[in-house]
Amino acid sequence: MRLPFFNHTPTFDHGIHPVYHKETGHLPIRRFPFAPKLYVSLEQHIGKPAIAIVRVGQEVLRGELIAKPDGLFSLPIHAPATGIIEALEPMPSDNGEMEMCIVIRVYEADTQEVQVRYPHDLENMSGRELALVMQEVGVAGKGGATFPTHAKLIPPNGCTIDTIIVNGAECEPFLTCDHRIMVERAQDIMEGIKYARRVCGAPRAIIGVEDNKMDAVAALEAALPADGSVTVKVVETKYPQGAAETLITALLGREVPAGKRSSSIGVVMNNVMTLAYMGRLLPLGEGMTERIVTIAGPSVERPGNYIVPLGTPLRFLLEHVGARSTATEVILGGPMMGTTIPSVDVPITKGVCGVLAFGKKDAIPPQIYPCIHCGECVNACPKKLNPTQMGLLAAKREYDVMAEQFMLGECFECGCCSYVCPSHIPLVQQFRVAKYFLKNREKVT
Amino acid sequence: MSKHRIELRAAPHQHSGHSVPTIMRNVVYSMLPICGFSVWQYGLSALALLLTVTATCLATERLLNRNANTLGDWSAAITGILLGLTLPPAFPLWMAIVAGFVAIAIGKAMFGGLGHNPFNPALVGRAFVQAAFPVAITTWVPAFSANRFSEFVPTTFTAPLMMPPDIVGWVKQQGVDAFTGATPLARWKFENVTASAHDLLTGTVTASAGETSALLILLCGAYLAIRKFMDWRIPVAVLGSAALTAWAFQLYNPAHYPDPLFVLLSGGLMIGTIYMATDMATSPVTPVGVWIYGGIIGVMTVIIRYFGGLTEGVMYAILLGNALTPLIDQYTQPRVYGTGKEKS
Repeated sequence: MRLPFFNHTPTFDHGIHPVYHKETGHLPIRRFPFAPKLYVSLEQHIGKPAIAIVRVGQEVLRGELIAKPDGLFSLPIHAPATGIIEALEPMPSDNGEMEMCIVIRVYEADTQEVQVRYPHDLENMSGRELALVMQEVGVAGKGGATFPTHAKLIPPNGCTIDTIIVNGAECEPFLTCDHRIMVERAQDIMEGIKYARRVCGAPRAIIGVEDNKMDAVAALEAALPADGSVTVKVVETKYPQGAAETLITALLGREVPAGKRSSSIGVVMNNVMTLAYMGRLLPLGEGMTERIVTIAGPSVERPGNYIVPLGTPLRFLLEHVGARSTATEVILGGPMMGTTIPSVDVPITKGVCGVLAFGKKDAIPPQIYPCIHCGECVNACPKKLNPTQMGLLAAKREYDVMAEQFMLGECFECGCCSYVCPSHIPLVQQFRVAKYFLKNREKVT
Repeated sequence: MSKHRIELRAAPHQHSGHSVPTIMRNVVYSMLPICGFSVWQYGLSALALLLTVTATCLATERLLNRNANTLGDWSAAITGILLGLTLPPAFPLWMAIVAGFVAIAIGKAMFGGLGHNPFNPALVGRAFVQAAFPVAITTWVPAFSANRFSEFVPTTFTAPLMMPPDIVGWVKQQGVDAFTGATPLARWKFENVTASAHDLLTGTVTASAGETSALLILLCGAYLAIRKFMDWRIPVAVLGSAALTAWAFQLYNPAHYPDPLFVLLSGGLMIGTIYMATDMATSPVTPVGVWIYGGIIGVMTVIIRYFGGLTEGVMYAILLGNALTPLIDQYTQPRVYGTGKEKS
């Protein structure tokens, strides 16, 4: 509860305080070895899949372009390791569908140095040209949404961007990769902010960090540029502080109008890791070949933050960190919004910020009770929706009423309602189903 | 990794740990001190009454839910204990059984069980016996009678379907001074005598089994509120609005209307506010709604007490609030983020 007349750490209304389990936050980032075979998906971003430009049997070098973007809302893919293209075949993915992958058989004892670069002269470029060079790097939003970063930074027609918000909240329990990158690569983040500001034309940038990561705040403040255009702001540790709407409200006091992008109120938001990679790779002319992933969970023996080559299959990853036999659930992403995977053959993609292995006793399937109208979910929803009513409607499959009267479309599936529900009703899952139904109804009928 | 199954589950994969049985169990725990005080005050009759009503409620719940064992959610136990606490300590047991059965069968199971009932089940049971047995439900016995742990009040074991015996003679034998056989509210209404706040707080007055000590009930409520098993806003709204209304009446005519403290502490207002108005299933869920709901209950309690034919108005005020809950919820939908008036 927020009392008036007190000086509060900036935050948003509602939300929850889960157990954070940020034990890996003090472990330095370590490098991961190459798996014998890498499965590089062509659908690592939102938008059209990349188009493979290699053939089976071809030799590729680490960093070489192996798939080109299909239009502006698409991203290229670079070879994460030197080796031979063994196949182009569909592999399981985290959303349950098969996705086309380029399979690379990695040369043994290969160096982790990037062999192929595509440098440009960045100094005299216009913002638009810089955006196209950014596309060549192939960075997708690293928070998990995998929106192509260059496309996000180009201001839509008629919008002026006045602020870049750099999201270092990392509100999901267990995940600490953003925390570590802020501590270890603060300079890269500042570089990335510099390029991002040139593309979108924003005069200032604000880095929002939760108050449980004060060492990251110190590292960022030490790296701030002298002109004062970038500031670091500490926000309350509360889930979902790192969602776009909540962090914008916490930092600027503005609300993103329902159904619109944050650019409509002059704000562009990027994750710290997105900008750290942009700042590191863009001047070198390198493509995205790896990313930092938090591997944690009660069933992992050596949890930590690892630089994992893209395409590394989870089977290899879990073997390497010592997944215990108690693991019954493997989650990509955080425990609040992450998805469990159907198979350990799923490869790491650009949007995977965490791999968590949970055992049975960490997630006991609870007995579901009827809704007792306690209103906990109403008091937890950061979007101030009414999950109680929507849950009752979802049980009756009144999906249209949910969308028209209760603004189902505004739900961004943070999971706060399910987290607090004493009846263990899978509210957010019901909303996902409802949204999916409404979206795909036309296709079916 | 050894070969074994991995499971698919929907996010979120973490949970607060609160569950319906945890909440309900804690409500039951919080009522035990009140039950203990009641038994200490009224002796064997109160004990028999509480046990009988609770057992009836549990048995009815089990009987009407044969396909699913719903006793594990502890909600029937709450209804039973709460109903027992709102009945006079010497209430005939066969009437208590009727009350318990009506509470669960008509108050709850008929609507579909836990969470589906529009009215608080305990109050439905009490309203039924209030209408059916108006004499028995206003027959009070003195607290702390000498023989309370060795003998039952004669009315307790009234034969089923029979009128309870007159207990005036029995009361005289108890050696209690100045027993009037009326609750503080009734004495105010008919004799214009108010009880002292001290007596009301500590519970040395005549009342239903569980509504005597306002202080004890407040403490139990504080436990629930601190453990977040109860919405603190509802009691604050009810008590606040009741006090304001009583204060306004007192300003208007200080000779006739009692002071707000008497209104807050007397009768069933405290137990009704803490345990019945806050019943999750029958109170609004919206942040604005709970204040309106609590306000209506507080105002209606005072108005029924002052102008109604009954001495006590809490029960009907809460039932009225329950009836208005869906309407309140409908008109107090929270403003969805990013719509309507913007903060910027």
